[in-house]
Amino acid sequence: MEKNKKNTPRREFLRTGLLAGAGAFAAGNLLSSCSESSKSGKKLKLLTPDGKLVEVDASDIKPSEEYKLQAREGIPGRKFVMVIDLAKCNNARKCVEACQEGHHLPTNHEYMKVYMMQDSDKSAPYWFPKPCFQCDNPLCVSVCPVGATYKRTDGIVLIDHDRCIGCKFCMTGCPYSARNFAWEDHEEYDGSIVYNPESSVPGQEGTVSKCVFCADRLRENKLPYCLLACPMGVIYFGDIDEDAVTNGSETVAFSELIRDRSGYRYLESLGTRPSVYYLPPVNRQFPIERGYDGLDEEIKDRYKDTPYAKERG
Amino acid sequence: METINSASTEKLREFRSQIERPGMRSIIWIIFLTLLILWGIYALYIQISGGHVVTGMRDNVVWGIYIVNFIFFMGISYAGALISGTLHLFRTSWRKPVIRMAEFITIIALFIGPLYILLCIGRLDRLSFLVLFGRIQSPITWDVIAISTDIFGCLIFLYLSVLRDIAALRDFTELKIPKWRKKLYRILALGYTGTQEQQVRLKRATDIMAGMVIAIAIIVYSVLAWIFSVTLQPGWHSTIFGPYFVIAAVYSGTGVLIIAMWLFRKIYHLEKHLTRKHFINIGVLMLVLAAFFGYFTFSEYLTKWYGSQKNDEQLIHLLMDKYFILFILSNYLGVLMPLIVVGIPKFRTINMITITAVVVVIALWINRYLIVVPTLESPYIPIQDFRPEWISYSSTWVEWVLTLGGLAAFCLFFTLGARFIPIISISEDQDRKGEIL
Repeated sequence: MEKNKKNTPRREFLRTGLLAGAGAFAAGNLLSSCSESSKSGKKLKLLTPDGKLVEVDASDIKPSEEYKLQAREGIPGRKFVMVIDLAKCNNARKCVEACQEGHHLPTNHEYMKVYMMQDSDKSAPYWFPKPCFQCDNPLCVSVCPVGATYKRTDGIVLIDHDRCIGCKFCMTGCPYSARNFAWEDHEEYDGSIVYNPESSVPGQEGTVSKCVFCADRLRENKLPYCLLACPMGVIYFGDIDEDAVTNGSETVAFSELIRDRSGYRYLESLGTRPSVYYLPPVNRQFPIERGYDGLDEEIKDRYKDTPYAKERG
Repeated sequence: METINSASTEKLREFRSQIERPGMRSIIWIIFLTLLILWGIYALYIQISGGHVVTGMRDNVVWGIYIVNFIFFMGISYAGALISGTLHLFRTSWRKPVIRMAEFITIIALFIGPLYILLCIGRLDRLSFLVLFGRIQSPITWDVIAISTDIFGCLIFLYLSVLRDIAALRDFTELKIPKWRKKLYRILALGYTGTQEQQVRLKRATDIMAGMVIAIAIIVYSVLAWIFSVTLQPGWHSTIFGPYFVIAAVYSGTGVLIIAMWLFRKIYHLEKHLTRKHFINIGVLMLVLAAFFGYFTFSEYLTKWYGSQKNDEQLIHLLMDKYFILFILSNYLGVLMPLIVVGIPKFRTINMITITAVVVVIALWINRYLIVVPTLESPYIPIQDFRPEWISYSSTWVEWVLTLGGLAAFCLFFTLGARFIPIISISEDQDRKGEIL
C-alpha cells in the first residue's frame, strides 16, 4: 500500500540474496562448481560496527534474513547491564550525538535523551541521560501483537523493523518513553544498507525504533557509541554475570559500584526490572548550569518548562 | 404464504416511497455524503503518501482523535447491540419501531469503527502480520478476535431480524424497484414463507443470537478498555476501565439512537410510529446510564485526586487546567443534563430529549478524548528534550477530514440501509395478535 522507494533495493537484495543462497545450496548438493554463485558483481552498502559504511559484493555478506535470525538470539552467556553515574553528567550531549550518528538517525530523532530531573521542589536538579532500560519484564514486548519486539537471553530488547506494523502500542506500554516512531521518511533511512535489527539501521518509515544497547557492536566485543563518546565517563557498561562494568577508562566491579555508590533503578516501583542502573548525583563534579554551556538555543529551549529554568527566568 | 404477509402489506404500502426511487432531496444528500467521503479518501492518500507526520500525533501522544473515533464508533455499535438484544429478549412491547434502528447503528458503526484503528497503524501494508505472526498475549490480538466475532454475531442477528421483512418485500409485487433488487430480496429471503416450523426456528435462532450479541458486546468493549488499562499509564491503569467503557458505550448508544429516531421521524414522517412515549422510554434508559456513567467517572477521578500519587496528580492538574472546559462539558454537563431533562417530567419533550442526546453524544466523544490525550501528555518521565512542537497534541486537518468522512459514511450507510429495508420493522407487529412470533 505504501510506496517506499528507498526500501526497494533492499527488498530486491533480499530476494536475490535468498535466491542466491538457495542456488548455492542446490549447487552444493549436486556437487557441481560453486563458482557461478561466488561473485554477483552487485555492490551493497553495509554498516560496520564502527559505524562506517562500506561497499561490498552482494555475495560476500549475509542477507538481512540471516541478521534477523541472529538478532533473535542473544549473545550466548551474556547479561548486559549499564550504569549511569549522575554525579558526572553535565549534559555535554556527546552521547546523544554519537548515538544519532551511529544509528543513522535524522536530526531531532534521539534514542538517548538527557533530562533535567528535579525530584521535588527543594531537591536539587540534576542531568539524567536516559537510554532504553532493556527491562527484564518489558511491557512493550508483552503488548506487541506481531512479535516484532522481543527480549533476548542477553537481556537486550530489540525491534524488527521489517516485522513492525507501527501500531504504537509498545510506545504507550513503555512507562519510560523510550521508544520513537518514524513519522516520515528521511534520507538517513538509507534502504540500500543491509538491515540488521542489532544496529537498528536503517530506520523505516511507519515503524517503531529505540536504543538497542548497540547490540551489533557488542557482538564484536565493542562498547556502545554513547559510552565511548562521553567525555566525563558517565556511562559504564558490562556484564552482570561477570560482575564487571567499564566506562572506557576504568573497569570496576558492578556489585561494588552499586553497593558503594547506592546505585538504584529508575521507577523501580513499576516492576519493569530495568537493566540500567543509576548512581545518585552526590559529590557532583559540575554545577547544574554547566549543562547549558555550548548548547544551541533550540536545545536550551527544551528545558524551559523545568522548575529550575522557570525559577532562573 | 399469504397469511404471514398480508398483514404487512398494508404497512409496506406506507413505506414503499422510502424503498422505491429516491427523491431529489435524498439524492442531493447522498451526493453530499459521498463528496465528504471522497474528501476523507483524499486525506487518507495524503497520510499514506506523506507518512503519519501529517497528523498531529507524535512520540508522546502516539494516538490521537483516530483512537477516540475508534472507541466512539465501537461504543455506539455495542450499545446498539445491547439495546436491541435486551429489548428483544425482554419482549418489550414498545420496542418494534426502535429496534431496527438500533440494529442498523450496531452494524454500521461496527464496520466504521475498526477503520479508525487502521488509521493509527504506520504500516498498513503489513496488516496481514496480525494474523500471520499474531501473538495471543497481546490485547490487540484479543481485540482482533473479539471484533471479528462481534461483526459476525451482529450480522447474523441483524439478518435474522430482517428476514421476515425481506420475505414481505419479496412478496409485495406492487413494489416498483429494479429487477436486480427483486432478485436480491428473493435470494436473501432464503425461501422463508412463514410456516409454523420456520417461525419456531426463526424465533429460537433470534433469541439465541440476542443473548449472544449482549455477551459479545460486553466482552468486546471490555477488551477495548483493557488495551488501555493493561498499560502502566497513570490515566489508564485502572481496574474499573472495563465496566466503565461498557457503560459509556451503552450510554452513547442511547444518545445516537434518540438522534436517529428524531431524524427519521422528521424525514419519513413517522410520527405515528415513533411517539413521545418512545423518546421518554429510551430517555429514561439514557438517564439510568447517565447516573452509572457519572458514578464511574466520579470514582475514577476521586480516587486519583484524593490519593494524589505524583503522576495521578500531574494528570488531574492537566485536566483541571488545560482541559478544564472540556472536562466540565464532558463530565458535568454530559452527566447532569439527562438527569435534569429526563428526570423532571415538565422538560420531557421530544425536542428537549433529542437536544440532550446530542449533548450526551458530544460529551462522550470528549470524555474519550480526555482519557486518551491528557494521559499521553503526562507520562512518568516528564516530557523534556523534545522539540517544542512535539510535546502537545494538536489534531490536523487530515485527522478532522477523516473523522468527518467516517461520520458521512455512517450517515450514508444508514440512508442506503433504510432504502433497502424499512427502518421500522414491518412484520414484527404480528405477534400482538397472539401468533407465535
